[in-house]
Amino acid sequence: MLRRKIARHGLAIVATALLGGLLSATLVRLAPGFDTDEAQLDPHLNSASVQALRQARADQHNIFQFYFHSLQRAMHGDLGTSLSLGQPVGALLRDRLPLTLRLVGLGLLLSWAAVMALALSAAWLRAFAYDTLATVISGTLLCIPAAVLALLSVLWNVPGALAIALIIFPRDYRYTRNLLAKAYSLPHIVTARAKGLGELRILFWHVVPVAGPQLLALAGVSVSLAIGAAIPVEALCGLAGVGQLAWQAALARDLPLLMNITVLVTLVTLLANSGADVIGSVWRGQHA
Amino acid sequence: MIFWRRVACVVLLVVVGVSLAANWLAPAGYAKQYREAADAPPSHAHWLGTDEIGRDRFARVLYGTRISLLLAPGAALLSTLMAALIGGLAGYLGGAWARAAMAVTDLFLSLPWLFLLITVRAMMPLNVSPLVSVLVTFTMLGLLGWTSAARVLCATAGSLRDADFVRQARASGIRGARLFWIHVVPNLKPVLYAQFWISIPAFILSEANLGILGLGVAEPLPSWGSLLKELEGLVSVGEEPWKFVPLILLVVVVTSFQLVLSKPDEVAA
Repeated sequence: MLRRKIARHGLAIVATALLGGLLSATLVRLAPGFDTDEAQLDPHLNSASVQALRQARADQHNIFQFYFHSLQRAMHGDLGTSLSLGQPVGALLRDRLPLTLRLVGLGLLLSWAAVMALALSAAWLRAFAYDTLATVISGTLLCIPAAVLALLSVLWNVPGALAIALIIFPRDYRYTRNLLAKAYSLPHIVTARAKGLGELRILFWHVVPVAGPQLLALAGVSVSLAIGAAIPVEALCGLAGVGQLAWQAALARDLPLLMNITVLVTLVTLLANSGADVIGSVWRGQHA
Repeated sequence: MIFWRRVACVVLLVVVGVSLAANWLAPAGYAKQYREAADAPPSHAHWLGTDEIGRDRFARVLYGTRISLLLAPGAALLSTLMAALIGGLAGYLGGAWARAAMAVTDLFLSLPWLFLLITVRAMMPLNVSPLVSVLVTFTMLGLLGWTSAARVLCATAGSLRDADFVRQARASGIRGARLFWIHVVPNLKPVLYAQFWISIPAFILSEANLGILGLGVAEPLPSWGSLLKELEGLVSVGEEPWKFVPLILLVVVVTSFQLVLSKPDEVAA
């Protein structure tokens, strides 16, 4: 049963990532001005050079053909060459990925630490003022655009990971607080509290089994949020990660680069969500 | 609880009203340049100072608020209609239609929202007239923002497909589009209303993000996004605090929307 579920998720991931790549390639191909290249306007180039530049883009005219050839090359480890940066896409991604992974990973860690600390303390204390304060903080952060938080992080010299954490914190906090509040109001947990069981024992024995799978699903979704947050943070803070690369590729209509980043982002997001779903299923099975 | 919701409603009404009165409150307009007073601090003549090319910031805030607040509901309406059409129809038809529609929805949802926005926005021409840039930005928000609502609507319409009253209508000879519009769509209205109102603050924030990243409304038209781009040049927060007015206004408006839309128990918390 579990194997079938994993296989189904695997197939869905591959199909969605391939479709995502095709969609982004189609969008770029259909975009106005796709065939124009600033280099073609260079007065130093003669007609043969301009013709050569046009020829270089000619094999990208048929989007399906281009996408099929790209997939074939990708099977052999060749992800193509970036049109705007003139470097192999694989090398660019290898250079930029570690920074983004570090930023996103640290951001998620910081955000979830803050979310759990605030949501748990709100559930334990059950103090109206404390809960209101936490809700106001997260609500205010929710109302500030991600790009403004990124700008403020530059202004206050705050690390990029903390900016990502501040962007995803309010989204996670809202759901986590509600999940924990709902779990703590269940009759058997109210009874356990009334009987004087310790808070940690109640948390690990009674609350986590109830809220765990949903929290895991939320953790999966927060990976997608963190990747989205990495774009403005990297673009505005001048951090050379995949988010900044995606930004540059989008502005330059760099088809090979944009297509590969789209597939990569789709894969990471789907893997995180499917991983959370599979672990959640196992968890539910064990606690059923 | 009710008090705060009322306050939020009043705040929204005041902000919308003041932005609609921009022509009277700032008759010189958002593009007029006071070259002798470029980058000036607040004064009697310019309540919020001027920007680096001498345009009155107060006028730009008023006109920018009008653009963001009037077009975000337009984009929300478009996304709601698309969600109703795609999600509602897919759920109503069921089977392969529903699976195909949900596969497309999953594909959109698997990409982070901001990534999808900057990718699609960059596909469109960037050097366009300000008016076209406004339409492009908000139409794009509307065309891409339907996915999560479509999922909910698909599930709701799917549950209605086999409801007793729909079966009865079908048995009495009502079929196809008529059945969908007369019996299914009215029952999707609560979800559609909720989706419409939830989308407005989300689209306001998205436009602000795009504007700061340089992909939003083109100059000289102001919007909250382009006004917030000014923060990029700040060296410290205390230096020119009046530049934070658009941000404060945006936070107040989005907070008001959240308060109006939140469930009573959430407001109490």
